[in-house]
Amino acid sequence: MIGEIDPFIINLTVFVLAVFVGYHVVWNVTPALHTPLMSVTNAISGIILVGAMLAAGPAETDWGVWLGAVAVTLASINVFGGFLVSQRMLEMFKKKDKKGNA
Amino acid sequence: MSANMVALAYLVASVFFILALKGLSSPESARRGNLFGMVGMAIAVATTLTLTQNWPLILGCIAVGGIIGALVAQRVQMTAMPELVAFMHSLVGLAAVFIAVAAVNNPVSFGLPEILPGGSKLELFLGTFIGAMTWSGSVIAFLKLSGRMSGTPIVFSGQHMINLLLAIMMIGFGLWFFFSETTNWNAFIAMTAIAFILGFLIIVPIGGADMPVVISMLNSYSGWAAAGIGFSLGNPMLIIAGSLVGSSGAILSYIMCKAMNRPFLSVILGGFGSDGGTAAVADDGVQKTYRSGSAEDAAFLMGNADSVIIVPGYGLAVARAQHAVKELAEKLHEKGVNVRFAIHPVAGRMPGHMNVLLAEAEIPYEQVLEMDEINSDFSNTDVVLVLGANDVVNPAANVPGSPIYGMPILDAHKARTVMVVKRSMAVGYAGLDNDLFYMDKTMMIFGDAKKVVEHLVKAL
Repeated sequence: MIGEIDPFIINLTVFVLAVFVGYHVVWNVTPALHTPLMSVTNAISGIILVGAMLAAGPAETDWGVWLGAVAVTLASINVFGGFLVSQRMLEMFKKKDKKGNA
Repeated sequence: MSANMVALAYLVASVFFILALKGLSSPESARRGNLFGMVGMAIAVATTLTLTQNWPLILGCIAVGGIIGALVAQRVQMTAMPELVAFMHSLVGLAAVFIAVAAVNNPVSFGLPEILPGGSKLELFLGTFIGAMTWSGSVIAFLKLSGRMSGTPIVFSGQHMINLLLAIMMIGFGLWFFFSETTNWNAFIAMTAIAFILGFLIIVPIGGADMPVVISMLNSYSGWAAAGIGFSLGNPMLIIAGSLVGSSGAILSYIMCKAMNRPFLSVILGGFGSDGGTAAVADDGVQKTYRSGSAEDAAFLMGNADSVIIVPGYGLAVARAQHAVKELAEKLHEKGVNVRFAIHPVAGRMPGHMNVLLAEAEIPYEQVLEMDEINSDFSNTDVVLVLGANDVVNPAANVPGSPIYGMPILDAHKARTVMVVKRSMAVGYAGLDNDLFYMDKTMMIFGDAKKVVEHLVKAL
C-alpha cells in the first residue's frame, strides 16, 4: 500500500505529527526559559543548512551552487550562534551553591 | 549512503531535536537538552554531507558561518538578545529563498524531476514567500529592536488595502508560475519581490510594545519557512525540525498575546500605541496627588519588612541595574527579609527576557517567580518595589472600560506598601495613567533605576 501513496501525503503526515509533538513539548517549557527556547529554536531552524548543502552540492558549479554556498554560510551562523548563545545563557541558570543561598 | 540510511539518520536527528526542546522544561535539564540539539544537528549535517560532492566548498562555508556565529554568541549583550534573535530569523528566511531559487534553477540536484511538476512548484512557492517575508519582516524587527529605527508604528491610510492588493498580486504571480509549462522565472522573481515588500509592510506598523509578539511570530515563520523548503525538496528532516520551530513560535506568540490581552489579529494589523482609541482616556481634570520619598526612607521600610517582592521591568535592564538589584536582594536577605522577584510574561522585550537578565546578575532562579506563582502572595507582602515597570502593575486592568481591561497584571496594589522607582510620572507603552502611583500606600522614588538601587544598598 505504501508504494501507492503520493510522497506528498507521507510528508504531510510527518508534518502534522511533528507539529503535534512540537505543540506538546513546547507547552512544557518553563516560562523562565522562553528566551533560551527561542535561541535553541533559532539553532534548530538552522536545519535549513541541510537544504543549503544540497543546493551547494553538485560537482558542476553554476550560479545556483554559489547561491547554495551563501545559504550554507547564513544557516551555519544560525546553527553555531544559536546553540552557543543558548549554552551561554543556560550556564547562567546553574544553581549557585557556593554561597549557600539557594 | 543509501536513501533509507539517510532517512533513518534524519529520524535519529529529529528525536534529538525533540529531546532538546524537552530539556527546556527545567533549568537543570536544559543544558543537557542543548547538547542533544547539537548532537542532532551534527548527525543531520554529517548525513547530508554524504549526499554532496563539493565538500571543500561546503565545509569552508560552514567554517566561516560557524566562526561568525560563535563570535556573535560570545559577544552579544544579554539586553541585546531580542535583536540577535531577530537577526537570526532573517538569516533563515534568506537562506530559504536562496535554496528555493537554486532548486528552480537546477531541480535535478535536489532529486526533483528536470521539469518541475505542479506539486513541487506549489511547495517551492510556499517556501519562497514564507522565507522572503521572514527575511524582510525580521530585518525591520531587528532595526526597531536595536533602536536603528524608531519603535513608533508607521501607519498610513489604505495600508491594509495595499497589503491585500500585494498579497493578491503575489498569489497571481504564484499561479502564473504554477501553470507555466516551463520554468517561468519572471513570475517567480515577481512573486519573490512582492513577498519581500509584504514582509516590510506587515512589520512596519507594529509598535515597540508589541515586539515580544512580533519576535515570537517571526520565530514561528522561520520554522514554517524551513518546513516549506522541506516539502519542496521532499526532505523529512527539514519538515520535522521546521514544524517543531514553527509550533514553538506559534505557542510563544499566543502566550505573549494573552499576557497583553491583545487579540493576535489586532497585533498583526498594527498601530498600537498610536491610534486615538487607546489614548482617549478622558482626563477628568482633577489634579491627582502622589507621595514621593527618598531612597533612605525606602531603605528603612524595606529593612524592617518581613517580605519584599521586587517587580522588575524593562526600565531596569535599560538602566543596567541588574547587578545593583542583586546586591540589594542580598543585603535584604542578610537582614532576614524574604526577597522574591515577580516576573510578568511581557517584562522585557521578548518572552523570558527578564529571567535571563536576572540570571546573568546571578540572582538564583528559585527567587524569581512567574506571575501565576506569586500573584496570590502580594496581599500578605509588606513591601513591593516596582523597578522600571508600569503597565504590568496598572490596576486599571481590572476596571471594565479601560483600554487595558482584562490584561493579566501583577497585583502589586494589594501589598501593604508599594514603592515605585521611576524617572518621571510619564505614561507607559499603553499610554495610560497608572492609579497605583496615586494610592495612599504608594511612595514614588524618582530617578535612574540604577542610581536609586545603589542608594538603597548604601542606606541599608
